[in-house]
Amino acid sequence: MLNDAAPLLSVVPSGAADTKPTVLSVSVEDHLYHPLQQTLAPSALELKKGEVVSIIGPSGCGKSTFLRIAAGLIEASSGKTSSTADRTAILFQEHRLLPWKSLLNNISFGLQGQKLSKFQRMKKARAVAYAMGFTEDDLIKYPSELSGGMRQRGALARALAVEPDLLFLDEPFSALDIGRRRDLYRLVLHEVDKKQCSVLMVTHDVTEALALSDRVLVMAPDPGHFAKEYEVPLARSERTRQNLLELEASLLADDRIAQLFNMSNWEQLV
Amino acid sequence: MIHHMLSTLMSKLWSGWGTLAGVFLIFALWQVGFETFGSLVLPAPLEALSRLVDLVALPSGLEYILITAKRAFAGFLLASAFGIFFGLIAGWSNTLSLLCKPFITVALGVPPIAWIVLALLWFGGDDGTPIFTVFISTIPLIFAGALQGVRMREKELDEMAQSFHVPLVQRFWQVQAPQIVSYLFPAWATALGLSWKVVVMAELLSSTRGIGAGLAEARVNIDTASTMAWIVVVVGLLLVIEGTLLNPVKDYVEGWKHAE
Repeated sequence: MLNDAAPLLSVVPSGAADTKPTVLSVSVEDHLYHPLQQTLAPSALELKKGEVVSIIGPSGCGKSTFLRIAAGLIEASSGKTSSTADRTAILFQEHRLLPWKSLLNNISFGLQGQKLSKFQRMKKARAVAYAMGFTEDDLIKYPSELSGGMRQRGALARALAVEPDLLFLDEPFSALDIGRRRDLYRLVLHEVDKKQCSVLMVTHDVTEALALSDRVLVMAPDPGHFAKEYEVPLARSERTRQNLLELEASLLADDRIAQLFNMSNWEQLV
Repeated sequence: MIHHMLSTLMSKLWSGWGTLAGVFLIFALWQVGFETFGSLVLPAPLEALSRLVDLVALPSGLEYILITAKRAFAGFLLASAFGIFFGLIAGWSNTLSLLCKPFITVALGVPPIAWIVLALLWFGGDDGTPIFTVFISTIPLIFAGALQGVRMREKELDEMAQSFHVPLVQRFWQVQAPQIVSYLFPAWATALGLSWKVVVMAELLSSTRGIGAGLAEARVNIDTASTMAWIVVVVGLLLVIEGTLLNPVKDYVEGWKHAE
């Protein structure tokens, strides 16, 4: 079992990019799912402009709950969330497209939260859809007529259509094959580079977290708390499959982390 | 596009053809019944149909049909309005759904025939009795359909809409209403059929005008041909309503389910 009292370990000391403004700051003191069950212990997070931060952890450790609190979908039993972002969007694990709307109407759906005319919404949705590689034919299809990868890409288009300053990703890539996954990675990272969008991502895939993030937070369960913060030492453009494997190895070299993922002696595949 | 329209037209024609074939099969079995048991039990279909033509040709015949239709629709529309309204609220509020439960149990448990007796005492022999009986026997179905629709909706979609700060009115019409309708619609269709049956029963016992009254008259005269003619009217009208009202509405609200 993990020792809760162990100090936070940071492989690389932070401090380089501290000049950027903070977009999101979450500090949960306590969160109870129901009166007798504590889901989250004190856990805090700050997200800077244009920064990508991942929370990894085993299933059921409370990382999705933390993301929901950060996104303002639920309120922590006690704690504070403050955000300077004008527009936020969430990409969920499931695509959550409305089955009774065509793809184009689904993409424009989220824009109803803004003061735009229907014509402007449609124009914007269409532009985003084309930028993300959808064809005119795809736009009139219902979600049931699209492949799994296209549905999730449609959900990403709906999220990016609102031009978010702050994007939350709740394991949205977990059901996709490696090729589709990389397409979506690139689309998200393009948004980060181009518009300085900040991203908070939850995933259980260590490699995915290392590939995309500036910082990785490891969450341990019972109740959920951050056990480790890891700053990814390579610039995003320098990351390759090979050196990510080495980073993963160095992260899992920490016994507590390896235990968390049931990955002690992790070179052994079966 | 043209291919799509053609295939919809073909499937419409095909389903109409199926209905027609079913109707003719029923007439054929009816003819067999007539030849086996004699005209006192079952009149010849042709005789009943010619009686039907006679009945409709009379000014009172057409009037009876219109009166019955008016009563059935009045009761049904009232039940729809109240049933959907309270069903939605009960779906959103646990307190109200607990409060409504005994009312629904009572409305379901009391046999329609007992309602007719009560309604006769309350409303007399006029339109009130059949309208009330239709209302009270269909409202539990519609209420339950709306309630289930609200209860069974996917909370994830609400959460998604919330995350985009979509205003409440749009959230209701675009996210919740389509899900509610998919539960409500079957209940609504059943209630429409039921209202048609109940109105005739209520009229038979309480009214001097309407299809039910026509049936009561035929019973007094031991006139099986007229009885069957009225039955053909009731069933025929139900088929027409289904084809011209229910099915188009169903195609409209559930069109997205049949996208191939």
